[in-house]
Amino acid sequence: MMAGTPTHTKRQVIDDSFLENRAKVLDLAAFLDRVDRAAGALDAAGAKEAPDDDFRTDALRRAIALLLDGKPERARRILELWSDHSTEPIPAAPMKGALGTVDLR
Amino acid sequence: MYIDPHIHMVSRTTDDYQRMALAGCVAITEPAFWAGYDRSTAQGFADYFRLLTDTEPKRAAQFGIAHHTWLCINPKESEDVGLAREVLGLIPGFLDRPNVLGIGEIGLNKNSRNELLVLEEHIALAKRYGVLILVHTPHLEDKLKGTILIMDAMRNQGVDPGRVLIDHVEEHTVRHVLDRGFWAGMTLYPDTKMTPQRAVDVFEVHGTDRLWINSAGDWGVSDPLAVPKCRVEMRRRGHLQDAIQKVSFDNPLQFLSQSGRFRLEP
Ligand SMILES: [Zn+2]
Repeated sequence: MMAGTPTHTKRQVIDDSFLENRAKVLDLAAFLDRVDRAAGALDAAGAKEAPDDDFRTDALRRAIALLLDGKPERARRILELWSDHSTEPIPAAPMKGALGTVDLR
Repeated sequence: MYIDPHIHMVSRTTDDYQRMALAGCVAITEPAFWAGYDRSTAQGFADYFRLLTDTEPKRAAQFGIAHHTWLCINPKESEDVGLAREVLGLIPGFLDRPNVLGIGEIGLNKNSRNELLVLEEHIALAKRYGVLILVHTPHLEDKLKGTILIMDAMRNQGVDPGRVLIDHVEEHTVRHVLDRGFWAGMTLYPDTKMTPQRAVDVFEVHGTDRLWINSAGDWGVSDPLAVPKCRVEMRRRGHLQDAIQKVSFDNPLQFLSQSGRFRLEP
């Protein structure tokens, strides 16, 4: 057997990890509900944007669509979806951290 | 027995050394990194390099752990090219210390022009002294672009990819890195990076050649026992002891031994 080859059956993988992933789906649902419920517009200047106008929740919704397309390598494809696909260095670093996704809108 | 080939012990307590030793850690490598604030002078880096080459090896040895290090100014502090060049000038004075394996963790953070310039100067330094390179790739949305820019910079200077480890790979970068002949590292972080579960998925999809795992434990939310936890996850999922040993001991041993400096005894 090649090193790294999966040894568990589909049934074993589901038995093993269903409850953990069931909880993660609920976390995601509750997070989107929490955003909907939260007060205030997203823009500090008071613009009346809907909560899903934020580029991050928008990116999350697009990733969820990828989960449902029935094709393999979902993790890789979601990471690619959220990635900066430009190829030239930027003039200067605007900050040290990263936001988690580019703006896909 | 395992090796944690990327951990920032400067940010960890002595209790962590003890717990790592109890979990089977026999050797670590500690790349120079960003301290959570910008150092204001090159002298601040000289003191940091003294800590990495003198203080930490002694602290690790108390628990039977062999400590090694990599030197650089990290990409988060590379926007100030003047300071970066001063620090680059200090590094040769430390390269002959017995626990120094090479230059690292160099790379990119926001993929800026100055970061790339400072990266290229580090690569040139590593080539001049014939030492190994440990690479930090950017986080989140910047990772894919940064990984490719870094590999291109290595190619442009004719670096042997077999002497470079590109760290923090994820599902969207691992294939690019391995296909170009580099070694790849997976960082097991509790929330924002790879989980042990996903790392084991990567082994199942891409095999175990030229891949290692590390905790990258530092001052942020991180886990100095991430490597043994991933070993447990592999075992739980039915992987053979050979495969577990390969990614957490044999592979780091093989890559790091190219330095001629790597030891399993403190
Ligand atoms: Zn690091």
